[in-house]
Amino acid sequence: MSTLALRQERRDEGVVEPAQLARAWDTPPGLLGALASANHKQIATRYIVTAFVFFALAGMLALLMRLQLATPEAHVLGPDLYNQVFTVHGSTMMFLFAVPVMQAMALYLVPLMVGTRNVAFPRLNAFGYWTYLIGGLLLWGSFLLNVGPDAGWFSYVPLAGPAYAPGKRADVWAQVITFTELAALVGAIEVVVTAVKMRAPGMSLERVPLLVWAMLVTAVMVVFAMPAVMVGSTMLAMDRLVDTHFFNPAEGGDVLLWQHLFWFFGHPEVYIIFIPATGFVSSIVSTFARRPIVGYPAMVLSLIATGFLGFSLWVHHMFATGLPRIGASFFSAASLLIAIPSGVQIFCWLATLRTGRVVVRAPLLFVCAFIAIFVVGGLTGVMVALVPLDLQVHDTFFVVAHLHYVLIGGAVFPLLGALHFWLPKMTGRMPSERLGRWAVAVLFVGFNLTFFPMHQLGLAGMPRRVYTYLPETGWGRLNFLATVGAGLLAVGVLLFLANVAWTLRHGAPAGDDPWGGDTLEWSTPSPPPSYNFAALPVVHDRHPLWSVAPPGAVVGLGRREVLITEAIDATPDHRHALDGPSLWPFLTAIAVGIGVIVAIFTPWGVTLGAVLVTITLTGWFWPHRPAVEPGR
Amino acid sequence: MTAAGLALAVLLLAGCGGPAALAAAGPQAGRIAGLWAVVFWIAVIVETAVVAFMLYAVARSRRPGHDPAGARPEAGREHRAVVAITVAVGLTAATVLGLLVASIGTDRALASLTRSAPLTVEVTGQQWWWDIEYDDPVPSQRVRTANELHLPVGEPVLLTLRSRDVIHSVWVPQLHGKQDLIPGRTTSLWIQADRPGTFTGQCAEFCGYQHAHMRLLVVAESRATFDAWRAQQRQPATEPTDPLGQRGRAVFLAGPCVLCHAIGGTRAGARVGPDLTHLAGRATIAGGTLPNTPGHLAGWILDPQRIKPGAHMPAMSLPAHDLQALLAYLAALR
Repeated sequence: MSTLALRQERRDEGVVEPAQLARAWDTPPGLLGALASANHKQIATRYIVTAFVFFALAGMLALLMRLQLATPEAHVLGPDLYNQVFTVHGSTMMFLFAVPVMQAMALYLVPLMVGTRNVAFPRLNAFGYWTYLIGGLLLWGSFLLNVGPDAGWFSYVPLAGPAYAPGKRADVWAQVITFTELAALVGAIEVVVTAVKMRAPGMSLERVPLLVWAMLVTAVMVVFAMPAVMVGSTMLAMDRLVDTHFFNPAEGGDVLLWQHLFWFFGHPEVYIIFIPATGFVSSIVSTFARRPIVGYPAMVLSLIATGFLGFSLWVHHMFATGLPRIGASFFSAASLLIAIPSGVQIFCWLATLRTGRVVVRAPLLFVCAFIAIFVVGGLTGVMVALVPLDLQVHDTFFVVAHLHYVLIGGAVFPLLGALHFWLPKMTGRMPSERLGRWAVAVLFVGFNLTFFPMHQLGLAGMPRRVYTYLPETGWGRLNFLATVGAGLLAVGVLLFLANVAWTLRHGAPAGDDPWGGDTLEWSTPSPPPSYNFAALPVVHDRHPLWSVAPPGAVVGLGRREVLITEAIDATPDHRHALDGPSLWPFLTAIAVGIGVIVAIFTPWGVTLGAVLVTITLTGWFWPHRPAVEPGR
Repeated sequence: MTAAGLALAVLLLAGCGGPAALAAAGPQAGRIAGLWAVVFWIAVIVETAVVAFMLYAVARSRRPGHDPAGARPEAGREHRAVVAITVAVGLTAATVLGLLVASIGTDRALASLTRSAPLTVEVTGQQWWWDIEYDDPVPSQRVRTANELHLPVGEPVLLTLRSRDVIHSVWVPQLHGKQDLIPGRTTSLWIQADRPGTFTGQCAEFCGYQHAHMRLLVVAESRATFDAWRAQQRQPATEPTDPLGQRGRAVFLAGPCVLCHAIGGTRAGARVGPDLTHLAGRATIAGGTLPNTPGHLAGWILDPQRIKPGAHMPAMSLPAHDLQALLAYLAALR
């Protein structure tokens, strides 16, 4: 039936003119057009830019903390401000930078890599971005008004509960979670459906690029992990707003329940941030080693195994709560087990580099820095997986070092490498190789200078989240060193951003495929047009652009339509009309925003939000006759 | 560049004999330090091997100025690579399994430290100090103090841990790992010091404004010294004999101090703040953050918020002569 439909198409339409595609897919001009946009590349670019703004802001908070800790008993920040600063730093980095920016990369790259024209639900995608933006503005607006959350990005009860956190700070945190998790779930659904149902004909599961696999596994993890923290933060908000006692031991509640809910999300969160980075690394390694990644099946299975195992080790954040020893051993074993799939991936990349013909370019240098740093983070991860060692280093600066080795080393370095790598595709211009190399070098030295001493500080007894320390502790020298490193790290970030700015103004035209990549996005013009592909590609193997048989083309589909294919073997199934630009997602996000923000102050916010959302959703789903495209 | 980072890494970690968690003063911290040494050297070997291999793989085929888009991609030579990967994964799995066994063994050893009828100390965490009470079947023989835990050397001691407000975590790195104090629950921790000395600890779970200033001193001493200390702590407070001290006691008992503090042998019996019966015998005040000198004590009484912003002790505005009297009285509470 499907082949029949395609043949039909071919006879009916022949090759579609780009102008016709542009009419069908372009975003309308002007401000209203921009607010209504449902183009995945526009939305993803907004996500990336917004996430980097939050990254820069949270980075400045980190510098403030480093200034405060540079010397013992310093007075840069008092305890009240320091607690807000580290809470907003952590919450921003986790909820407003790391997860959204990885999803944004997925929203940009996945449709291009699987060879389709947009994500599965374009308007929902727009809604996700606006929700995320409102959540971010809520957090930072509150912080600037001195109502910033101050109970840590983990908001442990009872410290964040009604008895010990008067005011609205903890409520702001809980509602920021609502926004960002909503956005994350939306993004995850987009990626899952796009990657499963919208792949180019011929892109059966064993031909899916590793990056798409990584994004798919991540998205599935998001779908399972985020509800736990949404339940938790809702229970926290209810404890605070309507006097429920979920977490109040005096009324039969349990404070450890919060920790279980939070870490059931919180630990997979680490992999939700790290797994997309492995996708970037695979793309970069494969391109610059000039060969396919060694052990593709092992890589895919490792990703999936990491996705499963990621859910079975949350309790290793709770070894010091006094769990039964048998239970602790189980989670210790699960935590150690995850070293195996991570090891498989590292070994496969190394083997690819060893057997390839390596061309050294800045993105590859980012990857090399990633491997050197991430392996340290993985090894300290093994240390904290061992219960006895964890009891010593848990909640100390050792863990601060560990998590930054994993998250900056494991995610930010690959992300910066990926941006350097795909910047030519996104902007049509080549970044500066020289600036890129300087950025890697300065970031690498600055990073290690900042975070390596923290291992030693933790072993020396310095707990996390202290706003100061006494001179007689002897922690001053290493802290000073870390602060110097943080300055250097900031210079590295500035060099990277300078390179992006330089690229936009002076970069040489990139052409379609400046690096000789293997995946479909490199077959489009740079930057890709609103409809991505003039003709939807048909692929014959795992590396369509390196194949002796270049990708074929689906003929037709001139309207705002995509091709839906079978989940396993990507045979064409049917054509599917996608929604175009609309203001309703924006208005619905505003309605959700009003409801959730008012709910910080009164439970009536829920009612108000329900009414407003009903109105906007009615508008969103109001049935209308599909407009007949010109040229039909 | 990478090599320099690694060199820095090894250099810094090699000097790890010093940090408190590895300078063990008790059997448990000693066992953990032993496990640390094993894992640390495995980590150094793995990191060195990975980075060296990566640099070799990249440097080997480096051709400057080479155009990536021009180099034709090719596969091939995958078989040997797959064998190598399989071996590496097998080694990883074996290492991880070995570490798990070592870890569970250490964990069992940590849990094996018990004895019947031990010295039991109830430690209650609160914002931002430690309430310490030595258990005794005879209620009058119980001893209550704050922020300073005295232990006899060479004996396992059972700490019974509770929290009066939010979650805290007790951690004395030279003796043992940490154990959380959780509201609504009672947890416990066995510790033992093998040599006399003073070991510092600190709350390790974020507990609010003054998390940074919630310190604990552990004083390990010989059994005889400990018994003498405990016997002395059981005595009621020293009665002041000089007029200044007597006046100071009157200031204490007539003022707001009694709303929170207790002094054995007087009417002051509140348990909100630290017990002051033998305040002068303690080395520190303000949750272990200030040396216990008259000057610091005066500063603390007059304006605790300057020293520990957010602390629950309110500022006292005392006339100078009342303050001097109060300090004289408190300084005599040995």
